[in-house]
Amino acid sequence: MCDTCGCGQPEVEVHEHEHERVVDVQQDILSKNNLLAERNRGYFEARGIVALNLVSSPGSGKTTLLERTISDLGKDITFSVVEGDQQSSRDADRIEATGAPVVQVNTGTGCHLDAHMVHHAVEKLNPRENSILMIENVGNLICPALFDLGESHKVLIISVTEGEDKPLKYPTMFSIADICLINKIDLLPYVDFDVDRCKEYAKRANGDLTFFEISAKTREGLTQWNDWIYHRAKKSLR
Amino acid sequence: MSIAMCLIDVASTSAQEEGAAKINQIDVEIGALAGVMIHPLEFCFDVASRGTMAEGAKLNIIPIEGVGECQDCQNEFPVNGLLTPCPKCEGFRIKIIQGKELRVKSIIIES
Repeated sequence: MCDTCGCGQPEVEVHEHEHERVVDVQQDILSKNNLLAERNRGYFEARGIVALNLVSSPGSGKTTLLERTISDLGKDITFSVVEGDQQSSRDADRIEATGAPVVQVNTGTGCHLDAHMVHHAVEKLNPRENSILMIENVGNLICPALFDLGESHKVLIISVTEGEDKPLKYPTMFSIADICLINKIDLLPYVDFDVDRCKEYAKRANGDLTFFEISAKTREGLTQWNDWIYHRAKKSLR
Repeated sequence: MSIAMCLIDVASTSAQEEGAAKINQIDVEIGALAGVMIHPLEFCFDVASRGTMAEGAKLNIIPIEGVGECQDCQNEFPVNGLLTPCPKCEGFRIKIIQGKELRVKSIIIES
């Protein structure tokens, strides 16, 4: 109900007041982020940079996986990394030890990276042409699903300790990911996790998902994942 | 909170382009499948709008229902969640054709 004249009550038609007017906006709330994400995307494509947005719940093993991938492929492929965490540079320190250039983005009270943060991080990193940019997002499966960073692929990492019903609980992220890595498969003998059932749940959200079953700790399955990265990098060469 | 801040940014930019002094109302379409909860958004809007042109504005949220189209039998049906199977053929290959909106539809401004 309007405080000025009571319009909005059933018997009073809604209308503008003399001092007010309606402006048609019709704009996506995330349009600013999406525009900047497309600029990032264009920048990456023009330079043959394959940007991978790594998303997961906290503790799925993203950083350990990055350490392994960079150490396995570092002689053949140039990597650079954007690390996103609420606080601390612990993950960036670990990546730095691999020799790959890295920038840590601390989001404070924010729970996701956005295109603006990635834009600034990439300005600092200045990744080489024909390289792979790994963006390790903040551990969160909800908000990162809303914020396009301009990546080439969204890589979703889950671990067998998180329950096979993960896709049922977080369908949005599964529906927009390109790749799903099922990590910590060395722990399968000790947890109740049916890999095939998990994949079946995930395919309900997204029939086009590509799966890799891996253990970043024991290196089981990493050859296939590394092969995918290698061939993807070669495909984008400028 | 990020969504509330983005919403206020879109509305304020539009209001400034129109030479407004104040925003009195923001009409926002939120799809049932957009991944945004209405009550938390209202709370965050109240907090995030303080000190902006949108302070004191009424946030009018227009919910949009989810509609899916089965890619196997082309049946269109209401959808409340992303993993809803087709009621006709029970398939899961569903394309969401409505319900992901997160849009500022219009604003009411005061000069």
